Amino acid sequence: MEQKVSAERSSEPLLIQRILAGDRNLFHDLIRPYERGAFLTAYSILRNQDDAEETVQQAVVKIFSHLAELSERDKFKQWAMRVVENEAKMYRRKRRQHLYESIDQNSTETSEDKPFYPKQFADWRDLPSDVVEQKEVREAVAKAVADLPDIYRAVFVLRDMQHLDVAETAEALGLGESAVKTRLHRARLMMRESLTPLFAKPKVSIWERWKGSNPWLAAKR
Amino acid sequence: MVSCKTIVAHLSEYVDGDATIEMRQKIERHLRGCRRCSAVYDSTRKMLVITGDERIFEVPTGFSERLHGFLNEVISNSEAH
Repeated sequence: MEQKVSAERSSEPLLIQRILAGDRNLFHDLIRPYERGAFLTAYSILRNQDDAEETVQQAVVKIFSHLAELSERDKFKQWAMRVVENEAKMYRRKRRQHLYESIDQNSTETSEDKPFYPKQFADWRDLPSDVVEQKEVREAVAKAVADLPDIYRAVFVLRDMQHLDVAETAEALGLGESAVKTRLHRARLMMRESLTPLFAKPKVSIWERWKGSNPWLAAKR
Repeated sequence: MVSCKTIVAHLSEYVDGDATIEMRQKIERHLRGCRRCSAVYDSTRKMLVITGDERIFEVPTGFSERLHGFLNEVISNSEAH
């Protein structure tokens, strides 16, 4: 699997070269591995499927028409993701959604200087692998991601959802690697915090606990 | 024993396998004795399995077809110019 991915990546500069030389239909192949991630990035910013889809289309046109300007062709992924991120933010500005979010973004809770410390310590139950196909879980994760302040959301989506490495994430966002690590850590703690109510083990009632620890009742079972 | 704050601060490093050997040992020793930190560690790992799974996130039906259809137009327009 990893080998396949790296083979695809290493052929990208060649693909770009051929597209720029006139074989423009190859652009479909260049963009295909990233369209899903592009949608995820746009959706996490815009919180609306139609807006995200429109944004991805606009971003892809930009990527196509500015392809010749990409100097480091082995960094197509990082560059493409940056274009999508910027396009989605521009779309959001146009729609003035930021007016509704400014309070959240400026609160001290999201300040980078103040360390984030967990508030919930409940154990999570064991989760079967198909839990990710449950509607309730998908919606909760989408909401938790969308609720992250921008600077944390961007890093989390690229690094932990699209599996870019630290260096690639840093390049895609124009950040240093240490900033990526700090923000990612914070984003993870916040994600864990907001998903804990959904995944926490159900609390055992006092009666159940008493029954479990009562040797006389236990002997009768 | 290292404080819970220190453990939480280094948790991502530990999860990613980037912690120094010394820190890793400190964290492991702490986790064995601290129920709260081990709950945070365990749930962080579970959260990452879920959010890192491709299936957690669905693109709208027909998204890819529409994107490539749109691209076809863009590409043929660019060739006309």
